[in-house]
Amino acid sequence: MTVIDKKIAPGGSKAGERTSPRPTFRHKLSRWDVKVSPYLYVAPFFIVFGVVGLFPLLYTAYVSLFKWKAGSDDPDFIGFDNYKELVGDGQFWNALTNTVSIFLLSSVPQIIMAIMLAALLGSRLRGATGWRVGILLPYAASLVAIGIIFANLFGPKYGLINGVLQTIGLDPVDWQASRFGSHVAIAIMVNWRWTGYNALIVLAAMQAIPKELHEAALIDGAGTWRRFWNVTLPLLKPTLIFVIITSTIGGLQIFTEPKLFDALPGSNNGGSTNQFQTVTLYLYQSAFENYNLGYASAIAWVLFVIIVLIALVNFFLTSRLAHTPAVKKK
Amino acid sequence: MTTLQGGLRKSVATLGRPRKATYVVLAIFVLGSMFPFYWSFLVASRDNGMLTERIPPFVPGGNFFANAARVFDTVPFWKALANSVIVSGTVTLTTVLFSSLAGFAFAKLRFKGRNGLFVFIVVTLAVPTQLGIIPLFIAMSELGWAGHLQAVIVPNLVTAFGVFWMRQYTVDAVPYELIEAARVDGCSMIRIFWNVCLPAVRPAAAILAMFTFMMSWNDFLWPLVVLDAGNPTVQVALEKLQSGYYVDYSLVLAGTTLATIPILIVFVLLGRQIVAGIMQGAVKG
Repeated sequence: MTVIDKKIAPGGSKAGERTSPRPTFRHKLSRWDVKVSPYLYVAPFFIVFGVVGLFPLLYTAYVSLFKWKAGSDDPDFIGFDNYKELVGDGQFWNALTNTVSIFLLSSVPQIIMAIMLAALLGSRLRGATGWRVGILLPYAASLVAIGIIFANLFGPKYGLINGVLQTIGLDPVDWQASRFGSHVAIAIMVNWRWTGYNALIVLAAMQAIPKELHEAALIDGAGTWRRFWNVTLPLLKPTLIFVIITSTIGGLQIFTEPKLFDALPGSNNGGSTNQFQTVTLYLYQSAFENYNLGYASAIAWVLFVIIVLIALVNFFLTSRLAHTPAVKKK
Repeated sequence: MTTLQGGLRKSVATLGRPRKATYVVLAIFVLGSMFPFYWSFLVASRDNGMLTERIPPFVPGGNFFANAARVFDTVPFWKALANSVIVSGTVTLTTVLFSSLAGFAFAKLRFKGRNGLFVFIVVTLAVPTQLGIIPLFIAMSELGWAGHLQAVIVPNLVTAFGVFWMRQYTVDAVPYELIEAARVDGCSMIRIFWNVCLPAVRPAAAILAMFTFMMSWNDFLWPLVVLDAGNPTVQVALEKLQSGYYVDYSLVLAGTTLATIPILIVFVLLGRQIVAGIMQGAVKG
């Protein structure tokens, strides 16, 4: 039966139906309307997802079983050879290591800074909204613009950062050529963009913590730090896990920042020795520079599986935390 | 600095009156947030000579308009701007409309398979659609859409996040009594959606619209794959501006400044709502 949800008095719209012995055309139309409309309303999403989400994912799996060159007419079926090749491909492992390294360098400091910022923003500031908008500003920035600006700031010869380092008597760093240096620079770019956004999410969670809990802890003699560790942080855990999951999914797909950071603009190498090439950048290079669509599809699937695995681990972590609340509500 | 007065409230971490140090730290963060924008404008308003100086000047020069003019000579920037407006505008309109419709159905209408379908949508939030770019590219080429704007618009007509967001809001915002009353009056479902539901969910729809616009405006990977240099969006044009053996930073950063101005205006005008939207979404999600 398709009716409007619960809570509806059965006398309502059906009263009319009872009085007329034969359903008029109008009534039929109206019943048809109630029955079919919900499906029509949710249909656009499923059509779009089917076409641009589900189909490509499955088709990627199919393409990954072929030696499939873009433009060539008859791709060769080679089974799992692309995957076998991938396992022995040093460049892929290098890209995966870079991705994880950049991800860790960005997400760990970012979450710590976000919590700190949230604590500061949570105090009764004058002009609170103004501060929040200011902190969020980088979120609005175009990634491409920011990638270009940071590549300029971190430039090895004339970059401002090295200028400052030299001015205060330190050695300049070749941010693009050195592996670790490039990872740090890219991580700073990521952090610059997302710290304020995450701080606001943490702030929202902090403000949802009942005042009474803090007051109770205070009466028990807990100082600021103790209350932070024993009251605020445990209650933030679900939010923190959410932030960690989203930054994991985003971080593992990082593309724009390393692409624009290259000293040779337009290159997909991620530096002269691939020192900051990420998995998505390697995928892009394989597909749209080397036109090796089968191999790129295999990369896409492996990356997808890695993301799903990490998301699952996070999911189990979240549900375990949900069962053991640090502070019980009543 | 502690005063005894109001000591309790003051020391409650999230309620305390901030000290000076709090303002100083926040000011440093806000300055850090703004600095890259300022730097980009600074370089754009001078010439490349500035970049070779150890300690660069920190006041803008007078070359911004000259550099900006060169941007328009180097890449089809007007076209890119128009394309970005068309793509982001269309995507925003359809996403808000389709998400509100689906959100209305999931929140207020009962139909077979409703729960299953909704769970499916939530699960798809975790599927990175970016990874499907290869078959999507093949499909777009087969359709003859590669290089055309519909290749960027169609995949983004509606999002799982949009449906989820609108459903969460509609549950509380639209009372069943109102829908029922409208039905008694003989309203069709679509009229109920348009005249009862939509006015009630306008705040959430506005937030979704801003997010969608910003996301679409800043999208890069897919437009880069499927559009060509002759018919780019702003982001693709920027990347083309930078590609070359010699990077003319005054030119490139004039481009980034131009591309950032529209979104900064949106942000300055609507910053308060954007902040509120993020925080509201965080608590609900």
